[in-house]
This record gives sequence, structure tokens and C-alpha cells, in this order.
Amino acid sequence: MAVKTKDEIQYDHNHDGIDRRGFLKCMAWAGTGALCVMNGGVLKSYSLSRLPELSSKEALGELSFVQISDSHMGFNKPANPDVAGTLKAAVDKINALSAAPEFMLHTGDISHLSKPEEFDTVDQILKSAKPQDVFYVPGEHDVLNDDGKQFLERYGKGSKGAGWYSFDKKGAHFIGLVNVMNLKAGGLGTLGHEQLEWLEDDVKHLKHSTPIVVFAHIPLWSVYPEWGWGTEDSAQALAYLKKFGSVTVLNGHIHQTMQKVEGNVTFHTAASTAFPQPQPGKADSPGPMKVPAEQLKSVLGITDVNYVQGQHALAVVDSTLA
Amino acid sequence: MRRSVSIAVLTAALVVGLGMTGIGQRSVLASAEQKAETTEVKIDNFSFGPGTLTVPVGATVTWTNRDDIPHTVVSTDGVFKSKVLDTDEKFSFTFSKAGTYPYFCSIHPKMTGKVIVQ
Repeated sequence: MAVKTKDEIQYDHNHDGIDRRGFLKCMAWAGTGALCVMNGGVLKSYSLSRLPELSSKEALGELSFVQISDSHMGFNKPANPDVAGTLKAAVDKINALSAAPEFMLHTGDISHLSKPEEFDTVDQILKSAKPQDVFYVPGEHDVLNDDGKQFLERYGKGSKGAGWYSFDKKGAHFIGLVNVMNLKAGGLGTLGHEQLEWLEDDVKHLKHSTPIVVFAHIPLWSVYPEWGWGTEDSAQALAYLKKFGSVTVLNGHIHQTMQKVEGNVTFHTAASTAFPQPQPGKADSPGPMKVPAEQLKSVLGITDVNYVQGQHALAVVDSTLA
Repeated sequence: MRRSVSIAVLTAALVVGLGMTGIGQRSVLASAEQKAETTEVKIDNFSFGPGTLTVPVGATVTWTNRDDIPHTVVSTDGVFKSKVLDTDEKFSFTFSKAGTYPYFCSIHPKMTGKVIVQ
């Protein structure tokens, strides 16, 4: 769906080519994951449902990886009584790619209740994915009861603090941040002073031309603070990334895809592999949304994201429900 | 939990010592009288209901999570803290001292509530 169609832009308050209505219209029910392709510092992402349409050249790029999110293993309520099945379906889609992505990012809420067997099940299912490297950041459901100790033991090897870290792949710098710890009453996600200091130091010596990919569970932009969909101190983190020409921020948490471009930064939230959540403010609460069983996979569906460097608008958001 | 019990005993002893009220020893607190003072807070749609609850000293408040998503009940001042409550799970706390007790869900911190004990 092209964003800048005339009829959708009614109140362009921020002069960014998009109004609230157009914005909401462009939030698409997301799917089982997204394929991200880095080409010349420009990140493009494709919904997994559209993959058969991609040529292998497009799908390869310079660097390709897959983001999955919110698998909520252990959830068994009517919104999806088989979250293992839908996670397996996501893996099947990933494995159907003509060229295997180099690695996967999991942007948190791996488990529903932080139970060891929930993590074990996800580990087991992801073992069957072609990309064997998975980089994790915790969601709030992964750090229940033990301040994230178990998460760190399982996934935090070599990380700092509550599990943040960075790594380089083919010239791109990836930064995994943790914004689900020490949440304060009435507040949003929090990065905290220690992590922000680490981030400042981590990117200090990088060239401005280095493509940056930041991934964290809770959105690092203010999606809908009324439902806690934002991060208190994300502005500080983004300030450290201002100097870079290309910054892509990948989040989960809200169980639907959404994109926003702000200057040099493209924000993208991924769908859940488990259950959909309502659009901001469209329900009494952000709780799991029940859809007819035959529609479940389609609301865990599909979205295309295109990030074009330097472009000050949503590039492409597509929502074909399978 | 152990600490709150000892506070309850201390408070009860103090109250008896001052002879100001009918609430006597701990054994009385644990009997039928306590049952009458038990008050429910329901967690529905990511909110605590009622959001502000006023109870007498010695009342036990029970929270029940009726959402499809787990929640917690955590005192902002560190007075009480539930484990994670999955659907239909409960948490109870006995308030043995007057005061205002703000609390929140540590998983969804936008969810806040208050117990006023008087």
C-alpha cells in the first residue's frame, strides 16, 4: 500500500506525508516474521508471505536476516491455543527461502511465563530453522520472577548488564538493547543510565556511514503510551545515533507491524508468531485479540517494509492478508 | 510475607495495649472477623478494579487476574509483591497498618492502583 495517496492525507501535522488515519490504515496485521535485506546500507524488509514473489537476487542483498518476535510459548488461551504450531509455521516459511538468511533476531517474549520448558520448546523449534544463529533480546515475559537471571543464562552469553550487546555483520553494526527491566509504576519501557552510557561508548568510534540496526522488545518510539507502547528514555538512545546516515530500529511487543520514518531512522515493529493485539486505542485493553480460527494465520499474516535511506516518509507498507 | 506477619502481630499487640479497638489478638484476626474484611480487586482489561480501594486496618485484600495475560501486583514502596499471576490466579495481602499503599503491575507498569487503609 502506498502511503502518500491523496485521500489518506488529511491532517499532515508533522509534514511527513502521513496523518493519523493514513498511519493507522498502514498498520498491517503482521505475520510470522520479516526478511530483512541490507543492500548498500539500505535495509529493506519483506513479509514472509511475499517471499515467493522475490527473486533470489533481491532476497540475497548484501546481508539478509529474519526477525521474529513474541512467540509467547506457553500461551494457550482462545486467541491461539497452538503457539508452537504457528512458530513452526514461521520456521517453515523461513526455510522455504531460496537463499537462507544468515541469522535470525528474536525481539523478545520468547516465553509467556518465563518457564524453563517454554524456552526449551522455542529452542527446539528454532533448531529446525536453516539459519542457526539467533540473537535474542528479552521481552517482559522472559524476565518474570527472577529479574532476568534465567534469560541471561540461556541467551546472554557475552552480553553486558541485563543482556545488551552489539555485533558486526558485513559492515553493519547491530545493537541489541534491553528495555523491559526495572519498569516503574505508571511508566513505559526503560533503558536506564548504565545501558545508555554503554550505547554512547559503543557507537562512538563507528564511521557515520556504518549502517546501524537496533533491536529491542518494546518500541523505541512512542507508539501508544496509554498502553505502555513506548520507551521512557529512547530519545537519549536515538540522540547517540543521530550522526549515522542509516539507522533501522526493529521492535516487537505490540503484536502488529507498524513503521515510521523519522529523519535518518526507520522504526519497524514485527508481528507476533503467537496472537494478534488490537490497534492502538481500538479496544479496552491491549490484550490478545480473538479472531476466527481460520483467520488466525492471516492476522499473524504479512507485511512489507521498505526503508530507503534519506527518505522522510514511510516507504512502503503492504498488507495482503493471505 | 514473614515480615508482614510480624508487623501484624506487633500492631495487634499495640492496639490491645492501648485498648482502643475490638480487634484483638492475632487469632481473632485469622478468624471469621478477617473473612468479613476480605476485599476483592479484579484485574480486567489491563486495569485494577476498583483502582482505589479503602479498607479498615487488618483487612485482607485479594487480587484476581481475569485477563488472558499475566500480571503482577507490586507495591510501589516495596511493602508487598506478588508472583506472576496467570489467568485466574490470586494474590492476597493483609494490611495491618493504616496508610496509603500505591501499587502497580511490574509487567505492565501503566496499570496502577491504590489501597487506602484507615
